[in-house]
Amino acid sequence: MTLRQQVLVLYLSTSALDSPVVGWSRYDGTGTSQPTTGDSDEPPYPDGVAALRDGWRLIQASQLLPPQAGAEYGTSFLKHEFFFEKLT
Amino acid sequence: MKNYQQWVISAHAKHGGPTYVRPMRTTITSVQLARFVSHGYMRMDAVVPEEMNQEALELLPKGIPDVPYGIPVADAYPEGSFPRRLLELPAVAEALLALVGPDPHVDHHAVHVREPHEGHAQPLHGDAIIDVRPDAFDVQLMYYPQRVSPDMGGTLVVPGSHLRRTNESDTGRYQNLRGQTRLVCPAGTVLLLHHGIWHGGRRNDSDLRRYMFKIRFNPTTPQVRLWDTSDMADPEVAAELGRYFPWYEQATARLEIYNRVLLWRALTGDPSFDVEHWVTRVTNRPADRSHS
Repeated sequence: MTLRQQVLVLYLSTSALDSPVVGWSRYDGTGTSQPTTGDSDEPPYPDGVAALRDGWRLIQASQLLPPQAGAEYGTSFLKHEFFFEKLT
Repeated sequence: MKNYQQWVISAHAKHGGPTYVRPMRTTITSVQLARFVSHGYMRMDAVVPEEMNQEALELLPKGIPDVPYGIPVADAYPEGSFPRRLLELPAVAEALLALVGPDPHVDHHAVHVREPHEGHAQPLHGDAIIDVRPDAFDVQLMYYPQRVSPDMGGTLVVPGSHLRRTNESDTGRYQNLRGQTRLVCPAGTVLLLHHGIWHGGRRNDSDLRRYMFKIRFNPTTPQVRLWDTSDMADPEVAAELGRYFPWYEQATARLEIYNRVLLWRALTGDPSFDVEHWVTRVTNRPADRSHS
């Protein structure tokens, strides 16, 4: 049986995995759901650790990078991005 | 009938071009402007009359011919044309005057359609290209001629995203953010958005085509104190500019307020304005003053 990957991306309020979720995305390699932009107003988990408890495996966390000199006050992409997977 | 004592022929007429009647003054307040600076948009529900909405629903499926980039409103839209009448509605005209000033240029326009059951949404994006002007902004008008119900894929807008420095659809990875607004609105609703706002057409799961008509405006005069400033000292101004949105990260939220303060200083010409001392503190350079 071929294993397929489901991906969950959580954007957290701080760099701590147990901080609150501020954004989320899902990608489903099983084809059983079609998540897309703007499809829900409530996050699937309150914080990153809650996803771990539900069986998601953390596979990547964004690095902590110092701001570029001269751009310390600029805002851009969300900083605290965590990728999780489930294989089903 | 319009009260023409409050309206004026645009300066463009003095140079032999077509005339564009616009309001001389606006009832938009400092608190409303501060709300635009924090949220990145202004929403006006059902400001377009029903007969014009019906006219739009006949017109938009046929398309509206393109106009050259960056031309005066009067050149883009002849008197009596649908877009011209839309822009002359008092609520729309006064809001545009407050945001982009008299005689803005039409950057471009487009009819956007979300097809029924089309199966996908637009990625979250900002229009055009990254645009970090500190003292000017374009405004995009979005007009919805029909009632938009929750399943019709109304535009997703992320409040307070307009000052983030990102380029077009590089934000496409973000599907949902806390506090996002999924537009549901009555017919005749108009949004006026800062050019940088993150947004996208959502998936239309209904049986109806959803229409939106968009016009982008370029200011032609400094965007300084263009609104009714009589309430400038209202505490609600600072409260709006200090607003946090649920999707902000804890630390970056403070930078959002820092950047709003800079924009508010540019819009008011007041270099001393601040919220919670954020900008004043980090620009305090006593050594610089002692050498001057």
